[in-house]
Amino acid sequence: MTAIEARPETGAKALPEAKRRRRVHPVIVIAAAAVLVVVLTYVLPPFRNYQLATVGAYFCVTAGLTVLTGLNGQLSLGHGALMATGAYTLALTQNKWENLPVSFAAAVLVTTLLGAIIGLAAARLRGPYLAGLTLAVAIVVPSVTSTFDETFNSDQGLSVYLNPPPEQYPMEQWQAWLCWSAALVVVLLLALLVRGRFGRDLRAVRDDETAAKLAGINIARTQVLAFVVSAACAGVSGALFAYLAQSVSPGAFPLTLSLFLVMAIVIGGLGSLFGALWGALLLVVLPTLSQSLGEQAGSQRLEGNLALIVFGVVLVVVMLAAPGGLASIPSRISRLIRRNR
Amino acid sequence: MKRITTAALSVVLLAAATAGCTNDGGGSTPSGSTNVPGVTDTEIVVGTHMPLTGPAAGGYSKIAPATKAYFDYVNANGGVHGRKITYKIKDDGYNPANTQTVVRELVLQDKVFAILNGLGTPTHTGVLDFLKTNRVPDLFVASGSRSWNQADKYPGTFGFNPDYTVEGKILGTYIKENLAGKKTCFLGQDDDFGRDSLEGVQKILGPVAAKESYVTSNPNVGPQMGALKAAGCEVVVLATVPGFTALSIGTAAKIAFKPQFVVSNVGADPTTVGKTLGAAAPLMEGLVAANYLPLNTDEANPWIQLFKKVNAEHNGNAEFDNNIVYGMSVGYLFVQALQSAGKDLTREKITEAVQKNGFQGPGLVPLRFSAQDHSGYAGEQLTKVENGKAVYFGTPYTTDDGDGPVTAYQGQAVTPPQSGVPTA
Repeated sequence: MTAIEARPETGAKALPEAKRRRRVHPVIVIAAAAVLVVVLTYVLPPFRNYQLATVGAYFCVTAGLTVLTGLNGQLSLGHGALMATGAYTLALTQNKWENLPVSFAAAVLVTTLLGAIIGLAAARLRGPYLAGLTLAVAIVVPSVTSTFDETFNSDQGLSVYLNPPPEQYPMEQWQAWLCWSAALVVVLLLALLVRGRFGRDLRAVRDDETAAKLAGINIARTQVLAFVVSAACAGVSGALFAYLAQSVSPGAFPLTLSLFLVMAIVIGGLGSLFGALWGALLLVVLPTLSQSLGEQAGSQRLEGNLALIVFGVVLVVVMLAAPGGLASIPSRISRLIRRNR
Repeated sequence: MKRITTAALSVVLLAAATAGCTNDGGGSTPSGSTNVPGVTDTEIVVGTHMPLTGPAAGGYSKIAPATKAYFDYVNANGGVHGRKITYKIKDDGYNPANTQTVVRELVLQDKVFAILNGLGTPTHTGVLDFLKTNRVPDLFVASGSRSWNQADKYPGTFGFNPDYTVEGKILGTYIKENLAGKKTCFLGQDDDFGRDSLEGVQKILGPVAAKESYVTSNPNVGPQMGALKAAGCEVVVLATVPGFTALSIGTAAKIAFKPQFVVSNVGADPTTVGKTLGAAAPLMEGLVAANYLPLNTDEANPWIQLFKKVNAEHNGNAEFDNNIVYGMSVGYLFVQALQSAGKDLTREKITEAVQKNGFQGPGLVPLRFSAQDHSGYAGEQLTKVENGKAVYFGTPYTTDDGDGPVTAYQGQAVTPPQSGVPTA
């Protein structure tokens, strides 16, 4: 997870060779994170375990999105729709065959295919045009569910048939394990992928397309691949959400979800997988926080809208205080200390 | 070193953040001698999920505060068996994913005794299994879906509203008896609500001349009303939520289409619909609908007098509409169930008490609860909008969601007790 540099740190001050060699290998970080998650699932009470599971589910999509937006510079406002694709595929296959691994595989496959289609179109588009295209995808989802209402059951959505977990494990613990297994696998693959040649290509295309082209990088292919990879991650995330909510409906994947995802990776720290983790955490914590704030203020009406305000305030504060996002704070602190020494 | 420091710092921060979350919960109530979640010697904690914000909040967001106001009134009068009722209201914005989270929060963290009057078919469907595995009583769901009436599969779940099919049969009977020979059509929400309602209407009338559906995410019923006009409909049955009742009536007027509207009670509250229509509110004149609770405008009704008093004392004198009547009626029924369950309150005892039934409250017709039947009210009476107010006419009808006959109900309505609080 440490493999990716945040954008502001790249550029003029390249890392010294010595530092590069001392990087912790992603496998070690992931293994440590796995141990931490297992410990947490035994320590935390059930509701916190459920929230932990939700963080894991969000982590999949924010990690994929940060690779696309932070490392490759493509802005997507349609990742909520890709999550919906994964979720609906899981629901449909699960209700038909009742085999969770198969359903998960199908969800990832279908979302990846859709990602490839959008990615092919996206490779020809830049900046606001790409944002517009992905925005359209996000808006189309509810219409699809109501147009083909016999399959997707319109606004009411589908319920997902699930077998209960083995007797000896509480449901919430089981959910946390499943979500985090998926999240850690996704993040490990991403970390391995972006630390090699592919990662360099991504950054090169983001920073200067002409230079990248001169260096022999196939721009379109890199962009399409980046979109496909992040779509697959969104598919995993959507499938996990369908599993967690035991139901799928267009209301669970509104446009605001797509916007929240972009906001979360920006607050967390664009282009860093740690930033994606912070983003995922915020997506769970901030709405809860704003709800309890609303309750304490005695207002029952504001809660839903309060979450938006809190998100906005956090965004402004973080961008002012730490332009690199939350993930850049530790290195900023250490730089400050070094400068004062 | 920087990388390692970053990693270590982040892990510590994450752990601290999560640990912080664990401690700030603080909602768990210490159980009394009975060791029942949410019940102590002095308090009963129950929770609900409602759309207080979002597309479905219009009107419905007033229900839970009204229920809470009634509980405050009961608490001010000594509570139930010496216990005060605490009602935790969580906003789910009518989003099933949020419902999952807030219901888990209520059950696992706040340790509520029961979930009361959770609103919405798509939202509540997702938590049925969770509530069942945790053995949480799931009382008086705020929706007329037949899903709540599965006593074998979900023994703790009970409905409140009459089933949409029951309602459809009663609306159909009205059309058969009063508007015979007119071309009848149907506009419904594209989910269980619309489908179940249509099934009820067609059980009585046979196939309708034309049927259309809408989704709440697309606030435009122009094409649907146009199609109904083109089909020459003279009567249009609406299975719509309040916003879409207003939209349908307004759109029809715009294209000079003037059928007799017959509306489900879910979307027929004249206060809510009238507010949406604004200056066009007189279009509602003559609208036929159904209901099963006293009407907010019926000042002479002792229930309305009681609820108005509670509304003034404990609900900040909110605008008194049928959503408030609904919310307080739910509160009254829950207090009746608590009284009947007795002093040694357990989750099993409240379920048994509800199944034993025999509750007489504001409703015009009896509740149907039994060991096999978990659906709510058994029927409805018809209303008509006259001078901007809905008024009852005829007698109440009862029926079932199958092929049973629609029969007039002869029983008499009861009056509330002097104190306004039901006794055991």
